[in-house]
Amino acid sequence: MNNSLFDIKRFKSIIKKEFIQVRRDPVSLRLPLVMPIIFMLLFGYAVTTEVDNISTVVFDQSMTQDSRDYVEKFIVSDYFTVNYYVNSEGEMIDLIDSGKAKAGLVIPSDFSIKLKTGKSPKTQLIIDGTDPTTARTAMNSGIIISEQYSRTYKETSLKMLGVSAAALPSTEINVRVWYNPGLESRKFTIPALVGLILQNITVMLTAFALVREKERSTIEQLIVTPVRPVELILGKLVPYIIIGCVSFLFALSLCVFWFSVGIEGNLLLLLVLGFLFVFCSLSIGMLISTFARNQLQAMMSMVLVILPSILLSGFIFPREAMPAAINFLGYLIPLTYFLDIIRGIVLKGIGAGYLLNDIFALCIFTFVILSISVLRFKKSLD
Amino acid sequence: MPDGLCYAIETEGLTKKFADFTAVDGVCLRIPKGSVFGLLGPNGSGKSTTIRMLCCVLTPTSGKGTVMGMDIQKNPEGIKQNLGYMSQRFSLYEDLTVEENLDFYGGIYGLSKDIRDERKKELITMANLSGKEKSLAGTLSGGWKQRLALGCALIHKPKLLILDEPTAGVDPVSRRVFWEIIHSLSKQGITILVTTHYMDEAESCDIVSFIFDGKIINTASPEDIIKSEGAKNLEDIFIKYVERITNTKVSSAFAGVKFLNEESNE
Repeated sequence: MNNSLFDIKRFKSIIKKEFIQVRRDPVSLRLPLVMPIIFMLLFGYAVTTEVDNISTVVFDQSMTQDSRDYVEKFIVSDYFTVNYYVNSEGEMIDLIDSGKAKAGLVIPSDFSIKLKTGKSPKTQLIIDGTDPTTARTAMNSGIIISEQYSRTYKETSLKMLGVSAAALPSTEINVRVWYNPGLESRKFTIPALVGLILQNITVMLTAFALVREKERSTIEQLIVTPVRPVELILGKLVPYIIIGCVSFLFALSLCVFWFSVGIEGNLLLLLVLGFLFVFCSLSIGMLISTFARNQLQAMMSMVLVILPSILLSGFIFPREAMPAAINFLGYLIPLTYFLDIIRGIVLKGIGAGYLLNDIFALCIFTFVILSISVLRFKKSLD
Repeated sequence: MPDGLCYAIETEGLTKKFADFTAVDGVCLRIPKGSVFGLLGPNGSGKSTTIRMLCCVLTPTSGKGTVMGMDIQKNPEGIKQNLGYMSQRFSLYEDLTVEENLDFYGGIYGLSKDIRDERKKELITMANLSGKEKSLAGTLSGGWKQRLALGCALIHKPKLLILDEPTAGVDPVSRRVFWEIIHSLSKQGITILVTTHYMDEAESCDIVSFIFDGKIINTASPEDIIKSEGAKNLEDIFIKYVERITNTKVSSAFAGVKFLNEESNE
């Protein structure tokens, strides 16, 4: 008579049964492989904060070599693509109103004359501010391009007067960008995307694990057997841990080989912590499974987990910019910690020493969530 | 089960309330070891609730119960280890084969591989499932599923078998095959508690108990009940009890029901 609190035979039976069921269910086998591909390709390109090729309309009233040089500087910057040249303010307004152009560059008719007579002409850059990100890029790059143009112009003028620009004192700031010198947003988003996709797949896999038994009423038979909640819940997790880890490797290879975001840090450390995160997310799904009565409820609970994790984890929006209360909510989401970890290892190449807090938090989350799941799953119909 | 015990199940004032509704109201049962005991009553009379308390998956609101000498509140896991249960929904894993279902429950009851293989062979023969070992449970027809569910409930050689409407939705031939198995199990000394709506099945029980509105009305052998009420069979007694308690007349024959319907259609 076996009445022990954890019986290895019962545990193995659950694992074996789950493996058979997963094997016979084409969806749970394909989902973890197909979803990373679809999501990575889709979101990998969509989630970018880099703005270039801003559609621009030029209203050049000067029509001189100088004004054409000035416009040329905007074009070669790659930030602006001049799609339209117009001859009236009305045409320009129309293009911006209709959204065909996001920026309008106005050059006054006295542009060249003023330059030649030693005065400063005033050009105008009109920006569609609907999307602040695009607008900010247009504004900053517009200012820089224009300043560069005037500096070059000044230097040439000085040289003509026989004065070398280098003879005049000036300060120079030496800016160095670490970790992501090219400021490529994909280096920031792609590793995070690996984390997000991983979370979504694994939560989804286990969220239905117990719900399926409830819906098919097999749970009724299970609870009259001597099986213990901890055996059932851990046993059900095992096959999904393997699937989740395979899925992680898959998403990570896409990150490295398709998006060419190389891993700066220790690959082994990343894999170990990735597997920890898989385990943690699977527990979240399992917790959902203990209180959802049917698949619909499980689906809705999943949205409750997934949506905040996209918005509050720092996946897209920097958490530093959030009000304290919202920032705090981010700490309640395991993905927040994993994003720190994966960005830290992939981009910064830092070691475990810098990530102890995150690792610790993930361990705590996993343990607490699993414990709640086990405690919540009572072997009764009360 | 201690050998000195003469009852496999004993309850005293077993009661279950759901909010304002009393599903089971002071039920006292004494089920002798080795008997086939039928719990009869209309839908919603409290049969399943009683059974679920005996299987330790519902906690009684009040009252006491022992199953194989073990207290249902103090030692639920001990009871579960020695109990075979089959619900009316044949809770099988439809995406597992016949063998895999048996294997799974064998493992859950902690049987070693050798014992499990041996039991599997015995049960497949007992349940007439030979040749279907590799079929998915979901592809089996009602009668086969029912016998597989019984096999799963018996894998660990329980001394007590609780069956909740095991023959619901099964054809007459499969029902008879099933009851032959039940009686052969009883001969092996297994106590069987069964609920059913088929009174012909109930007549083959050693003892039956009628439950209505959560209360036990009468417990005796089918022969004694039929004799004392002067009825033809248990079906008549079932209807008689319902009429007595609800004070309404029930058509005693289906032919009469059909006649009434035809008249109202005209």
